[in-house]
Amino acid sequence: MEKLYKFLKYTFIILWTVFIVAPFLWAISTSFKDFQSVNSKVTYIPWLDFEPTLEGWRVLVKSPARGGVDIVEPYFNSLFVTCTASLISIVLGTLAAYALSRFTFKAGFVRNNDITFFFISQRIMPPIVLSIPFFIFLSTIGLLDSLIGLVVVYIVLLMPIAVWIMVDFFNRVPKELDETALIDGCNPYQAFYKVVLPNSIPGLIVAGMFCIIFGWIDFFFAFILTFTEVQLLPVKVVALNSSITPWWSLSASALISVAPLIIVAFVVERYLSKGNLSGALK
Amino acid sequence: MNLIGENITYKPDDQFHLNDVSFNFKKGNLYTILGRTLSGKTTFLKTIAGLLNPDSGNLSFEDNDFIKIPVWERNVAMVYQQFINYPHLNVYENIIFPLKQRKISEDQIKKDVEEALKTVGLVGFENRKIQELSGGQQQRVALARSLAKKAKILLLDEPLVNLDYKLREQLREEFKRIFTQGLSEDTILIYSTTDPQEVMELNGEVIVLDEGKVLQKGPAKEIFENPRTLKVAEISNDPPMNILKGTKNSEKLSFENILINSPSHFKNLSDQGYNFGIRASEIKLDDQGEEFEIELAEISGSETLLHLKKGESKVIALIEEVMNFKIHEKVKIKFNENKLYAFDQNEELVSSPYGVSHG
Repeated sequence: MEKLYKFLKYTFIILWTVFIVAPFLWAISTSFKDFQSVNSKVTYIPWLDFEPTLEGWRVLVKSPARGGVDIVEPYFNSLFVTCTASLISIVLGTLAAYALSRFTFKAGFVRNNDITFFFISQRIMPPIVLSIPFFIFLSTIGLLDSLIGLVVVYIVLLMPIAVWIMVDFFNRVPKELDETALIDGCNPYQAFYKVVLPNSIPGLIVAGMFCIIFGWIDFFFAFILTFTEVQLLPVKVVALNSSITPWWSLSASALISVAPLIIVAFVVERYLSKGNLSGALK
Repeated sequence: MNLIGENITYKPDDQFHLNDVSFNFKKGNLYTILGRTLSGKTTFLKTIAGLLNPDSGNLSFEDNDFIKIPVWERNVAMVYQQFINYPHLNVYENIIFPLKQRKISEDQIKKDVEEALKTVGLVGFENRKIQELSGGQQQRVALARSLAKKAKILLLDEPLVNLDYKLREQLREEFKRIFTQGLSEDTILIYSTTDPQEVMELNGEVIVLDEGKVLQKGPAKEIFENPRTLKVAEISNDPPMNILKGTKNSEKLSFENILINSPSHFKNLSDQGYNFGIRASEIKLDDQGEEFEIELAEISGSETLLHLKKGESKVIALIEEVMNFKIHEKVKIKFNENKLYAFDQNEELVSSPYGVSHG
């Protein structure tokens, strides 16, 4: 029985792993193929089945004038917008969350929970509802089709996530910890950055991860709020039409677009597996 | 130069957390705050620390208006009932945290920390992570941090309540030693607890707090011997003092159809109805005694607590040996009338076996 259970368990794990990894393997091998190896017969193993080539990757960095698709600029645009918006969201979101967790606000009928809900409510409605207001807003202040404009919009989208995660996290940090810091001679700001913040690093990492993921994968606003000046990676990748762009380049562009998320996932996984998320505070 | 509180009231909602509390704490003394949960003990300590501002009343220390001084400049130390340490720092860093905050020289810090670690018995644990320590050790770190600070006011809020029985006993012994040796002459130590035994062992000045109100102040012995009211008698005894409604009739006391001889210290009491109080330890099993029914029998350590019932009256008897009883079994008990207290209808003490001081 024990053996059967073990057998089934590992069979399932292996099948699931294959299911997850196979598309990546397919994309990786395709990205190194040329026209011959994609279209003629089924090929899997490099050097045996087909001769690997870097052509698919080279196309990504060539300018359109020389037959390439130039994914470099959108790539750095995306990196810039995602990182800037995530960073600002985390900083502002953490401060807002700390205030919401530690102080009691009263304004008419509005209480702390209502304010937290206002933040989260940004994410409740479908994004398309926000598209027209955002468009008009950005065009009014002249930031349509610009990186700064995108950063502004992404902060609106990402900060609720940061606030939501951090409020929950701070609520689990005992209030007595702040009080002890105050008693030990910290003013409220010192108590926050010397004691509360160092104990909230796991929360910050989780919030940061979500911000980066949601910022990086957003297609909708990147599509609506940009035209010609600025282009973000998701829009660019989608625009690579497979009838024009060969499969090997598509595979390469897909791989390079998910690369940052895979790196983030590995870093976070390593950090979380050290037990730092659960063990820091009881 | 003392820590003086005058008419401190704190009433955040509809309920009093502190109700007209006044005190005068002298340096070099130990004060214990005795009260049940939610009696306002923590509020009391937090007010002194500065974490809470009272709605009204004055608080002064060394002739300064304490209320105007923010927490972080008051130089107090506090140990919580939860073991609060900085989880991101190791033991050594935890203890130096307040010292660094006050910009004390490195050499002095080193000396102070060593001393504090020695006092609480944690030498060799400097580089341990807080999470690796047991509850008792964590509380020692918190205590060491407070001691190393050499704060003029040291607040301990039920520091032993979250520890298991054995560790509590052990740490309580150590606390007594630390408080008698390790404290400088100009420290005021304020210790809050729900446990009367702790109060008696620490043997300081006691303040009995209930629903934010001070019920009685005085030395531990005085509180034990002459609890001013019925409520104090209940709070300051564990198990709570047994209260029996009865009447005095010249030489006899009667309650629940039981007639016992009136003790000599009752002779000046007029014949009327009283609340008689007797400690659980003054009730003994005796074949000549009165019959009661067992509702519950608890064995704790080497003692047995019997919850007994007769008519409307319930008493708890403390038997100093481990015995097995069946529930609803009948046992015969005898009251030691020489240790009887009498409280009048207003629940105020009128006679005690140790000589009444209020009447």
